[in-house]
Amino acid sequence: MIVNISINGKVQSHDVEPRLLLVHYIREYAELHGTHWGCDTSNCGICIVLMDDPNTPEPPYPVKSCTMLAAMAEGYEITTVEGMAHPDGTLDPIQMGFHEMHALQCGFCTPGMMSTGRWLIERHPNPTQMTDHEIRDGISGNLCRCTGYDNIVKAIRWAASYIEEHPESARTART
Amino acid sequence: MATIETTPGRNPGWAGGGTWGEVTDAPIGFGHMKRKEDARFIRGLGDYMDDVRLPGMLHSAILRSPYAHATINSIDTSAALAHPKVAAVVIAKDLETLGLAWMPTISYDTQAVLAGDKVRFHLQEVAFVIATDAYAAQDALQLIEVDYDVLPAVVNCRKALDPDAPLIRDDKVGQVDNLASPLWEAGDKATCDRVFAEADVVAIRTVLDPRSHPCPMETCGMVADMNPATGQLNIYNGNQAPHAHRTVYAQVAGLPEQNIRILCNDIGGGFGNKVPVYPGYVCAIAGSIVAGAPVKWIEDRSENLASTGFARDYLMYSEMCSKGGKITGLRVDAIADHGAFDSTAQATKFPAGFFHIVTGSYDLQGAHCQVKAVYTNKAPGGVAYRCSFRITEAVYLVERMVDALAMEMRTDPVDLRMRSFIRSDQFPYESATGWVYDSGDYHKAMKLALEMADYDGLRREQQEKLAKGELMGIGISFFTEGVGAGPRRHMDILGLAMNDGAELRVHPSGKAVVSISAQTQGQGHETTFAQIVAEELGISPNHIMVRHGDTDKTPYGLGTYGSRSTPVSGGAVAVVSRKVRDKARQFAALMLESRAEDLAWEKGRWFVRGDPERGATIERIAEYAYSATNLPEGLEGGLDANAVYDPPNLTYPFGAYIAVVDVDPGTGKVHMRRFIAVDDCGVRINPLVVEGQIHGGLVEGIGQALMEIISFDESGNCMNASFMDYLLPTALECPEHGFELGETVTPCPHHPIGAKGVGESPCVGSPPCIANAVVDALYHAKGIKYMDIPCFPARVWAAMNGNAQPPQ
Repeated sequence: MIVNISINGKVQSHDVEPRLLLVHYIREYAELHGTHWGCDTSNCGICIVLMDDPNTPEPPYPVKSCTMLAAMAEGYEITTVEGMAHPDGTLDPIQMGFHEMHALQCGFCTPGMMSTGRWLIERHPNPTQMTDHEIRDGISGNLCRCTGYDNIVKAIRWAASYIEEHPESARTART
Repeated sequence: MATIETTPGRNPGWAGGGTWGEVTDAPIGFGHMKRKEDARFIRGLGDYMDDVRLPGMLHSAILRSPYAHATINSIDTSAALAHPKVAAVVIAKDLETLGLAWMPTISYDTQAVLAGDKVRFHLQEVAFVIATDAYAAQDALQLIEVDYDVLPAVVNCRKALDPDAPLIRDDKVGQVDNLASPLWEAGDKATCDRVFAEADVVAIRTVLDPRSHPCPMETCGMVADMNPATGQLNIYNGNQAPHAHRTVYAQVAGLPEQNIRILCNDIGGGFGNKVPVYPGYVCAIAGSIVAGAPVKWIEDRSENLASTGFARDYLMYSEMCSKGGKITGLRVDAIADHGAFDSTAQATKFPAGFFHIVTGSYDLQGAHCQVKAVYTNKAPGGVAYRCSFRITEAVYLVERMVDALAMEMRTDPVDLRMRSFIRSDQFPYESATGWVYDSGDYHKAMKLALEMADYDGLRREQQEKLAKGELMGIGISFFTEGVGAGPRRHMDILGLAMNDGAELRVHPSGKAVVSISAQTQGQGHETTFAQIVAEELGISPNHIMVRHGDTDKTPYGLGTYGSRSTPVSGGAVAVVSRKVRDKARQFAALMLESRAEDLAWEKGRWFVRGDPERGATIERIAEYAYSATNLPEGLEGGLDANAVYDPPNLTYPFGAYIAVVDVDPGTGKVHMRRFIAVDDCGVRINPLVVEGQIHGGLVEGIGQALMEIISFDESGNCMNASFMDYLLPTALECPEHGFELGETVTPCPHHPIGAKGVGESPCVGSPPCIANAVVDALYHAKGIKYMDIPCFPARVWAAMNGNAQPPQ
């Protein structure tokens, strides 16, 4: 079947098996390898990408792309890690924050973790005031084996502060 | 908050500014530095195992046994072979023709690559399907019919040596029981017996360090690419010891070693799981030979948890004694459960790894430990999960026993430790089981942890809470690790000395490439090893490329595990940098028209002693080394060097940990409120990276203490083969406001830069600390003296009600 999905602003159209998972559509057909997979059971959040329903005003929200058929994403806008930075190369504040705060080690969970982090900031009315518990609860669907999470919490907080100081930097966060 | 440059991220190469991969505020040497490798990872441009794609590449899947112990009567692959997308199906008899049906393990045992006449653990490899896509390979697994006769399974290590236990390894000539290796002992038994005879108090416990799994977020996999035209075998495989793997493949497959090239690109975590050679790897290589095309094998999460290197599984009958208020003796009789094949990862001469460092941080008068290993119908192993060869088991045991003894003595566990520590003036210290600890100041580290925690205040709070019926526990542990294996006179793996090489080339522009045999899996080698060269030569780490992960382009060495990167490979990099510096001195002497011995070094330049204005920077010297036309005889042009580092001893990092937990009296749920960690890993190259390592290790410790276990039912079925059942800590299981880290610095006296290694320390020190905290809560409230890990709610609740049971 033909499945059309907009990924990082570019409409993809591929003839795939109906059972194809979204993560494999992204990796094998769109050839974007930045989205990884870790467990196949929706537990680890490694495969998280941001999905935007053009029919709602809600900001893009994180989905576990290993637990969704590619066909179910037809008509949605997907943002993967490759689409986070601005086209001119300017990084998204969440990417800067992860580097500044040493919130990654092996880098395998990082794309999913950054996607969730960006959503946490987007949906919060006052992101710089997020409590530690709110951030930890927000990323509790993402497993990381390397960092111990402390620096990920700090990185998300860093990005929230950066966006507050540089509101224009958040422009890439709404596709 | 860190300051941001004016237009952050604007440069396409930004990881903070400059050209690709350069970071801002990089120190010329040691110090806080953001990581160079982040630039690709934050953009999703890492290159992991499953990202490898080669022209004509085929995919694969493994059929696994549904039984823990069964004979195989027949395997019918005809329907699978008829599948239009299937290229080949490989079973044991096909491998026999290639001589690959069995492979040697790291511990001189053998392991079936694919099961032939018998399966010996649940989810053991039975058939290997190669197809044009990964979905089709999975489909074809369903088309293979295997006829099994189920046999009784040996699941419990205590019962493995019963006279009527089924014989698991009937493939081994002369094997009459399930003993995997003979009894191995350390320490002087007679002395130990005498110390116990004279003791005031003895504590006795049976301590189980249960089976757990390192489970890196990226599973294991390989792309094998045998070129039939040239005989060249390229192996893309994220593993922790690429050079050793190359040698093993050459031996296993009978291939010429010079034709094998291992390429480790980015690795999504290892933690010991990516040390061994697995059947899937050998199948991929055999598959590529058979199919004449590249073959990719990537395991799924269930395969990773159920079949690849597990950790621990040590059952330890233990006695610890005291006299005059001080710990004096320790006796341990342990059973190690290696599963169906003994593929435990350790140095050859140490069949129980470094377990005999079990006397820990204490000045004991006598100690004796003995370990025997058994076969069971469980997955083979085990590996050291963020651990230096069974030191985690040893530290877990001794720190649980110190608390047990403190209870029997009715003394405070901190006081008992303080009275029994090795004193700083006793280093170098030879332990009762023969280790020579290099340096330490244990009292200082413990005092710092107590201050940070406000220990007396915590004990008061505990009493106040107790009066209100609330359960609060304070746990202590103090660990000493021996890492950086190791001296070649004592330590090898499969005959390969445990050394590491380094090669350093300073280019004419003064920029450098350092090639190393260590293999990062996220530890940040591209940054920290550049900092070592920077410290020694005065070149910015931004101008030093660290090359690793390609056996054709890096010198030989045994890789990254056992916290050995900095102690061994870091030593090699410091030594090779000094060789280059010495060579630079010869050139500088010519440039400055001086004698080499009259020159003095300051970071980045040689100058004439007594005339500091007359000097030459390393950049100018490099240019000269490649361009000078008048070199004297005996001095070769160019600025480069090689080194192989043979560490004179292990290094001995240590630390004092304090955990504060609250236990829900209604549900048994343990809330991790605070964790104070004082680590002494000697000189710190990059505090940012060191602290990141400590954070990560502490969370793996929380996992082991509270959540992680690989368990089996009585038929030998693995009960934890997914993240639904094998629970990893999330951000919510960690202290809400973060870990509280402290440091002391006791340099390693024999390491070139005084560093000791840190990656595993937090994962070694924290499990007993948290377990002690849980028991402390239950002891003060209900008199409960012991429970095994993992302390998940049902087990804590049972313990609270007087029914503490070891996990199955």
